[in-house]
Amino acid sequence: MKTQNQKAWFFVLPVLLLVAFNALIPMMTVVNYSVQETFGNNVFFWHGLGWFEDLLNSERFHAALGRQILFTTIILLIEIPLGIIIALSMPRQGFWVPVCLVLMALPMLIPWNVVGAMWNIFALPDIGLLGYLMNTTLGVDYDMTQDPFAAWATIITMDVWHWTSLVVLLSYAGLVSIPDAYYQAAKIDGASSWSVFRYIQLPKMKQVLTIAILLRFMDSFNIYTEVFVMTGGGPGNSTTFLSIDLVKIALGQFDLGPAAAMSLIYFAITLLVSWLFYTLMTKDEGK
Amino acid sequence: MTITLNQITKVVAGQTHIKPTSLTFQTGHFNVLLGETGAGKTSLIKLMAGLDPIAAGTIEMDGQDVTKLSTQKRNISLVHQFFVNYPHMTVFDNIASPLKVAGMAKSEIQGRVEEAADILQLRPMLHRRPHELSGGQQQRTALARAIAKESRAVFLDEPLANLDYKLREELREQLPELFAGRGAVVVYATSEPEEALLLGGSTALMDDGNVAQFGPTAEIYRKPQTLTAAKVFSDPPINVARVTKMGSKLIMGDSARWDSAKMKDAPDGDYHIAVRPHHVTPKPTPANTVALKGQVLVTELSGSESSAHFAMPDGNWVSLSHGVHPYQVGEDHPFYLDPSACMLFAEDGQVVAGGAV
Repeated sequence: MKTQNQKAWFFVLPVLLLVAFNALIPMMTVVNYSVQETFGNNVFFWHGLGWFEDLLNSERFHAALGRQILFTTIILLIEIPLGIIIALSMPRQGFWVPVCLVLMALPMLIPWNVVGAMWNIFALPDIGLLGYLMNTTLGVDYDMTQDPFAAWATIITMDVWHWTSLVVLLSYAGLVSIPDAYYQAAKIDGASSWSVFRYIQLPKMKQVLTIAILLRFMDSFNIYTEVFVMTGGGPGNSTTFLSIDLVKIALGQFDLGPAAAMSLIYFAITLLVSWLFYTLMTKDEGK
Repeated sequence: MTITLNQITKVVAGQTHIKPTSLTFQTGHFNVLLGETGAGKTSLIKLMAGLDPIAAGTIEMDGQDVTKLSTQKRNISLVHQFFVNYPHMTVFDNIASPLKVAGMAKSEIQGRVEEAADILQLRPMLHRRPHELSGGQQQRTALARAIAKESRAVFLDEPLANLDYKLREELREQLPELFAGRGAVVVYATSEPEEALLLGGSTALMDDGNVAQFGPTAEIYRKPQTLTAAKVFSDPPINVARVTKMGSKLIMGDSARWDSAKMKDAPDGDYHIAVRPHHVTPKPTPANTVALKGQVLVTELSGSESSAHFAMPDGNWVSLSHGVHPYQVGEDHPFYLDPSACMLFAEDGQVVAGGAV
């Protein structure tokens, strides 16, 4: 008979405790809330899957989810191609490389709420530099506190400013890892610059781009701080994304049950899309 | 098909990497660029391929001036020392890539790729990716791409350097027939004199960005025009010593002196002599008559040949001889050189007399 040694469990214990405290226990608390109803005084009543049913049939949830999907789609469609283009046009060697890299990294170093506050002030129609110039010099009617379109445009511009650098830096890392010999081989084959991009640069960037898209999807799908500081979800509900709505339900209305159910659905969507995307992108790597 | 270089130079940041070079490469045989690492072989190839800018001079292919033509339009192939294949494409697609770029019909691509794959025994690997192949197979894929393309010039930049010994021998044997009758000018860069002798129809000896000598391989091996050319085309290194010529006598310091009828026409004075290692033996023979003495520093035994490095007043010499010789490191050992095999070079390095088998 084989000797059994259970000591290994002992070594896994620290990780188990850590994960339990930072993920499992909070998560189970949320699960706990999501199936109960409370009227205060710490008294809870069993509600089953009622909150989930309500939520999935709720107009308000559908609207927030729709806004969220639209926002994330726009962000990905702008930031990924733009990031690749900037990375392609950055120098590969010489004095300007560190300068470009630092300039690129700068926006990412700024705390999220500061970014929100900065852009809020920047875009205010009366005192903000951007808002003032748009309304006076350019003569465009621009007021993100009143006009939903202006609010969306401002938030998207802000996110592009804040996060395109991440795509740039990841793509750039992929690009500089391509040896000169491949470019030479492509030239000798007579390849156009589009073919070089399509058959040499893009395949080499595939892995980092997968990570970039994944990170930008998760971050933009979960965006909260900047939007909260800039518009607070307004004007009206026009920029009330899922996270903003969630906080309104949980802390504004103190509806713990519905908020817990929403958190779980929100989490499930993020997880499912990320998993699907990652699996698809890495499917043929084993071959 | 010919490639003609007219006084081309390469200058990088004020430093001249290739000094004015004029060469004409012909089709029908291998043109070897022989020189040490850093001699300018790869630089010259890159200039011909259009990958690096030329500072001055012109390049012609078949009489057409291609100096200003981009690499894409020169219709050439290049095989590197390290294996360059597109990692995410199959072997088939790798071989087909230049044909696809050229917009060739599918059926024709299929035919050309299969022909090249057959020649290089890559048929069973056509649907694999490069990283699933051995080094030899990867390099054969790169060669197949060059063959399938049917370009007018093929540059092989030390293509065998990273292969193991057996594969290198095997592929080296195949190389000439791969490109025979294809009409392309083949330029083959190597740092091994032996490869030049085995492959080269003609050889250009390169040294420090200069072509020391260019011509039919056997001829420039036998008759180097300069001391530099003699040094480049010798492995192990050629033996060099200073001599003084007085009448028909050659005097090598205190080491040796001998009569040389062959060199009697040269004016008296100071010269360098150079003699290849296999003309210096540890035992006298009818030809090897001039006795030298030197302290044995290093000995090597390679199968049926013995070599000994020994100290001479003007630097170390090498003796290479058949059979096994019981050298003792540190002993003073007599060596005998063949005076008829000595080449005489003037102080400026130009050949004065000699040139032997």
